[in-house]
Amino acid sequence: MREFAPDVRLLAGGTDLMVRLRSGRFRPNAVVDVKRVSGWSSQIVETEGVLRIGAGVTMTDLVADTKVQRHFPALVEAASVVGSIQIRNRATLAGNICNASPAADTAPPLLVCGAIVNIASAWDERRLPLHEFFLAPGKTALAPSELVESLDLPIPAEPVGSSFQRITRRRGVDLATVNLSCTLNAAGEVRMAFGAAAPIPLLVNGTVASLEEMTAQARPISDIRGGQDYRQAMLLVMARRALEIARGRLSR
Amino acid sequence: MKLTINGQEIARDVAQHHTLLEFLRDDIGLTGTKECCAEGECGACTVLLDGKAINSCLVLAAEADGSIVTTIEGLEKDGQLDPLQQAFIDKGAVQCGFCIPGMIMAAKYLLQENSNPTEAEIKQGLAGNLCRCAGYSRIIDAVREASGGRK
Ligand SMILES: Cc1cc2nc3c(=O)[nH]c(=O)nc-3n(C[C@H](O)[C@H](O)[C@H](O)COP(=O)(O)OP(=O)(O)OC[C@H]3O[C@@H](n4cnc5c(N)ncnc54)[C@H](O)[C@@H]3O)c2cc1C
Repeated sequence: MREFAPDVRLLAGGTDLMVRLRSGRFRPNAVVDVKRVSGWSSQIVETEGVLRIGAGVTMTDLVADTKVQRHFPALVEAASVVGSIQIRNRATLAGNICNASPAADTAPPLLVCGAIVNIASAWDERRLPLHEFFLAPGKTALAPSELVESLDLPIPAEPVGSSFQRITRRRGVDLATVNLSCTLNAAGEVRMAFGAAAPIPLLVNGTVASLEEMTAQARPISDIRGGQDYRQAMLLVMARRALEIARGRLSR
Repeated sequence: MKLTINGQEIARDVAQHHTLLEFLRDDIGLTGTKECCAEGECGACTVLLDGKAINSCLVLAAEADGSIVTTIEGLEKDGQLDPLQQAFIDKGAVQCGFCIPGMIMAAKYLLQENSNPTEAEIKQGLAGNLCRCAGYSRIIDAVREASGGRK
């Protein structure tokens, strides 16, 4: 990477990168297939209250994993609607985050569960909370020499309910018009994150009584998938639905 | 690179920028796999890579080094069509035919993972495959028939 920096691209599942390479919008000097790097992890490992998801883990792997199903149902719901089965068989969770689309479906459930990004370069390692990782559309806090090694998801110490909501123009293979995830604990505290509603996926905190104030922090734009007003209105509807489902899961 | 395509071991040099789809069609001559949208939306280029359905337009040929690839040409065994291929014929599920290799490969993967899918599961499994003739209902009938026919 140092040899070709800064014009080097990492290739994971390729479902974002290949589309962009073929569109001719950029021509990196080098493409590095990270899947062949020794020590590259496609494992999901549980240790001391943390679920560590290796950068090689695909959406299909994630959806099938019983540990993820048990602790992070909202993440499973999000991963299972990414693209088609052909896409999910290649697309990695880390790639979804590194691509930094405002509409990335796994970003909201990862944000509400307090995910930490494990970042590595040839000479250093650091950890960054996911809500500090997204900077702008397509832009992350990664330096050109850095890559994401894994994501750490803290397993909730107290009971929480979580859920995921998404609106699309058609069912199957469409990016989200708006997506949203929330967690709720027994004290009525709510963590909520939404996508395609601001330049980056946004995390907000509040309570069951402050859904309107929370969703009002969105800054949606109008584009081909929906108008600004529509998105803003839908956020509140989706927040109520998400909370209802989270409440049901909390009491179970 | 070395890989196994439809049971046959193949060693070839490959252009670094070529996709698996281009490699299969242009270098190996397996033209059953179709190129259409070239951006992962339509599923016409679906093949099995190490047993998993993928869009071959979004995979570099070099990524498939050491892998096992199955294309539509690899489904027929000893002159016998795969039950899925036969069901597509019997149910009249083929109109212009362009999407069918991809449809059948996606269906092959679906039935391999879930031998008795519901209609909803069939639709979900084929959500990444577009048919411009809109012959979806017969395609779904054919997959159900091949799976042994639960309603
Ligand atoms: C037809 C289609 C439908 C799609 N539908 C959806 C959808 O519904 N929802 C959704 O959220 N996305 C969707 N996507 C986008 C894409 O599939 C996801 O963003 C996917 O998770 C990207 O992962 P990947 O492994 O394929 O990444 P790649 O394409 O390999 O990489 C994406 C970017 O991240 C960088 N990168 C990858 N891994 C790392 C790493 N470990 N460290 C540092 N940088 C890295 C790459 O260099 C590249 O810039 C769709 C794409 C297609 C083609």
